[in-house]
Amino acid sequence: MSDRNVAIVGYAGLPVVGAGADPALMVQAVVSRLFEESSLPRDRIGFVCSGSRDYDFGQPFSFISALDGVGAWPPVAESHVEMDGAWALYEAWVKLLTGDIDAALVYAFGCSSRGDLDAVETLQLDPYTLSPLGIRPAGLAALQARALIDAGRYTEADFARVAARGTDLTAEALLEADYVASPLRAHDRAPRTDGAVAVLLAAGDLAREVCERPAWIRGIDHRIEVHAPGFRDLTVAPSIAEAGRRARGNLPQPDLAEIQAPWSHQAFLIRDALALEDGTAINPSGRVLARDIPMAAGLSRIGEAAARLTRGDADTAMAHATMGPCLQQNLVAYLQAGES
Amino acid sequence: MANRCAVIGVGQTRHDSERTDLSMPGLVREAALRALEDAGLTWSDIDAVVMGKAPDMFEGVVNPGLFLAGALGATGLPFLRVHTAGSVGGSTGVVASQLIRAGVHRRVLAVAWEKQSESNAMWALSQRYPFQPPVSAGAGGYFAPLVRAYIRRSGAPEHVGWMVAVKDRLNGLKNPYAHLKIPDISLEKVRKSPMLWEPIRYLETCPSSDGACAIILGAEDTVDAAPNPAAWVHATAMRSEPLIFAGRDQVNPQAGQDCAAALYKKAGVTDPRRQIDAAELYVPFSWFEPMWLENLGLAERGEGWKLVDSGATALDGELPVNPSGGVMCSNPIGASGLLRFAEAALQVRGMAGEHQVDGAKLAMGHAYGGGSQFFAAWLVGSEKP
Amino acid sequence: MADSGALTEPFELKYAYKRSLGPVLQQFFEALRRRRVLGARTASGRVLMPPSEYDPDTGEAVSELVPLPETGVVTSWSWVDAPAPGEGLERPFAWALVRLDGADTAMLHALDAGSAERVHTGMAVRIRWADAPVGGIRDIACFVPADDPIEAPAPLPDPAALEPLTRIVTPTHLSYTVQADPVRTECLLALAERRLLARRCHQCGEVYVPARATCPTCAVICEGEDIDLPDTGVVTTFCVINIPFQGQLLTPPYACAHILLDGASVPLFQIIGGCDAADLSKIRAGMRVKAVWAADDALTPTWESLRWFELTGEPDAPAADWERYV
Repeated sequence: MSDRNVAIVGYAGLPVVGAGADPALMVQAVVSRLFEESSLPRDRIGFVCSGSRDYDFGQPFSFISALDGVGAWPPVAESHVEMDGAWALYEAWVKLLTGDIDAALVYAFGCSSRGDLDAVETLQLDPYTLSPLGIRPAGLAALQARALIDAGRYTEADFARVAARGTDLTAEALLEADYVASPLRAHDRAPRTDGAVAVLLAAGDLAREVCERPAWIRGIDHRIEVHAPGFRDLTVAPSIAEAGRRARGNLPQPDLAEIQAPWSHQAFLIRDALALEDGTAINPSGRVLARDIPMAAGLSRIGEAAARLTRGDADTAMAHATMGPCLQQNLVAYLQAGES
Repeated sequence: MANRCAVIGVGQTRHDSERTDLSMPGLVREAALRALEDAGLTWSDIDAVVMGKAPDMFEGVVNPGLFLAGALGATGLPFLRVHTAGSVGGSTGVVASQLIRAGVHRRVLAVAWEKQSESNAMWALSQRYPFQPPVSAGAGGYFAPLVRAYIRRSGAPEHVGWMVAVKDRLNGLKNPYAHLKIPDISLEKVRKSPMLWEPIRYLETCPSSDGACAIILGAEDTVDAAPNPAAWVHATAMRSEPLIFAGRDQVNPQAGQDCAAALYKKAGVTDPRRQIDAAELYVPFSWFEPMWLENLGLAERGEGWKLVDSGATALDGELPVNPSGGVMCSNPIGASGLLRFAEAALQVRGMAGEHQVDGAKLAMGHAYGGGSQFFAAWLVGSEKP
Repeated sequence: MADSGALTEPFELKYAYKRSLGPVLQQFFEALRRRRVLGARTASGRVLMPPSEYDPDTGEAVSELVPLPETGVVTSWSWVDAPAPGEGLERPFAWALVRLDGADTAMLHALDAGSAERVHTGMAVRIRWADAPVGGIRDIACFVPADDPIEAPAPLPDPAALEPLTRIVTPTHLSYTVQADPVRTECLLALAERRLLARRCHQCGEVYVPARATCPTCAVICEGEDIDLPDTGVVTTFCVINIPFQGQLLTPPYACAHILLDGASVPLFQIIGGCDAADLSKIRAGMRVKAVWAADDALTPTWESLRWFELTGEPDAPAADWERYV
């Protein structure tokens, strides 16, 4: 493995409230803010990589118009993944390791206001045996939550406590609400919004030049599990455990962890798989169920973790991103602030 | 600084308008299993999988990598899904090679595919989205005006387009995987075929195909154990530019020029026309061959058509272009770019069978996408860089 | 919720995908159509249900299909009181993971148990077959509690009358509501007044039509002035569309052109109309054109207000003015 050190040196996130989200506008806003707050000159960017999903917009090639917000002129080395921007960050990290470039811009954008994202997520399932049944994300997540309850690991009250965090509601009050798909209720799910997120990466000396306290990526890994929920043990998250082990290596328990848990019960699965202990603050950026930008929620977790390290709130952090039904695919990063 | 990277296995499906004999998992596995066999490997030897395809509307499965990862032996592995429009096959190859060069993995499986028969490519590309100015008739209607502009600028005679159409289909007859087989292809037959989007005729147009391509990339220390010759990756490059901007030249895009220049520089190629032995270029409409020859610096500005006219780009010419038959014979959109990269690798491995260019030692693979705005290319060679 | 004053339009993405099955799934769905269940046995002896042509844990090929009974056990479940359109059943039901007896994996399907109280992990269930199989996973209508009275399904069609099932059809329908951003809205409102609104980027000075919020090369918000461009310009290149396709506005043949409006920095992509087939062959780059607008009572804040451009018959514009703009 290359011995180059790569760090996150900037982060900006802009959720958009209200409809009318336009990729180019959202990306222009977040990228310009990123460069306003950073001393990294735009022309040092050697690679641009983004994450998004055409089906948020119902339009093929929806990422093409987003490029208009970046200023790809003169032409830039640029790529795109049809995934959460966390994986675009991974691709950029790999390119930085090769030594081809010294700095990269990563962004992600998504939209929940145009279409029915639940219906979109139904279409991401096996087209022969799953999506024709029409199961929505709540139903799938509920199967996983039920499995945790059946195994005696957690209760509905535990889930409600997660959902209540950061609000002025009590778990008891939340438990009064109707189920959307038992045992899950509407508040068990992270609300979604339109928006965009951008992150700056830099290597070695350049990172130190432009950032007093870079958040170094000490390890980053991602893994995918079997797709069909009936083929999995839904009470464990082996891909998170594996990615977490590989990202963390022998490094200490992190001061904080930013995790992407689209459903309340998943916060426990993620925490357990990452073997996070009580001393680790989980999602200091906000409620575990903070408002998620589709295809950017994972990247924003990494950015939030990095921002806290750069601010001096903590020295070490882990960040997690997820995609697919019931935490099928996961990425974990271990970040550390410091000299190098 | 970065590690060396080689192609140690190549596989592709028999491309066809409708592979109704296969499911989507079956399609990608047909290519991947051939690549594994070529490399003398099994699923468990692979460290990571990179999958590329074009818009998911073609098959109506959102993020199909989620349900297909298991079919590609990727359970428990890192898995990436690349989407850069038509150039995606090329980008997939580039991303996979970077994983090796960065030392993150030792063996990476890259698979790119499209199963266009699940829907209809024209439908998927011609949706009238709200508030957009009216769109034309799919890709052909978009690119035909650019072709006309090239012909105008260069003064090229119309038979040049027919020549490319004939050459690519003759090459395709020598490629067992090619979709289009037109044994009686001729200049006359092309000339008489219906005009679709003038100046582009039916036989100057690529087909719509189901197909997949798989390559296995290995780190330097995996090459000796591989049963077949390696194609060493000498350089890769990607460049993008916005779709619409003042001063844009869509006929000879700057991003394409810059991509090629960066590629040659990285590989130490100073005279690409002479040093490159074979080029697999993304030519979906025949006139893109002379256009890309100029764009990629393989011909002088305005002279690309002369290179074609001279026969230089035929299989037995001095710079064979698309010895596999190219996109003009098979166009599973998501796979087409990787097919170019893979065919370039087959050339320098000496494994291109009947469409082998004798003595090819350095070959280029090229892909483009969007409104001629995304470019990915690589140079592969029989010798270590 | 749309912002007030914003233009919104629905967009439907609707298609019935035809999915070819391959050997394993074809056998599975053909059996299901005859009310028989097949699982797939992997090399290690695990029985996968639903069957798959590969073992998702290893990638190894799977081809051996084995018969399974119609009965099984619930391994997880969720009660859905208010199913969404197309979700499961049309009445409250449970999603259930059901491990058929003899299988090593569970399959997902709906469980019609009548009430949530009847459902629990570990309960015995069995298949209720669809009355009229069509080929697909819904040839199983749902599962029912094993101790519910057995109902005989409608008789099956004559197997000899059935075609081989190489494909299944999966209809999809996604609905979107698209709201135009403010600048796009201004452009569309301008079209309803027969105006072509352009905007200058204050940084590079270029004039973009239609007006846009961001400059694609400067990556800034365009803060230059708004300009109503004349509705005249030059053809910089074009093609003649000969083939029909779904949703076409004109009947082929017709010409599509890049049109550089007088004063614009980028061309528009528009139809050249008012030509008959013979005129089409006379179109050249450099010809001057003028917009043809809809009649007063047909003007709308959409591109439909601009019907097409027609040739004016003026002398061609000098090449130097337009040939860079393609």
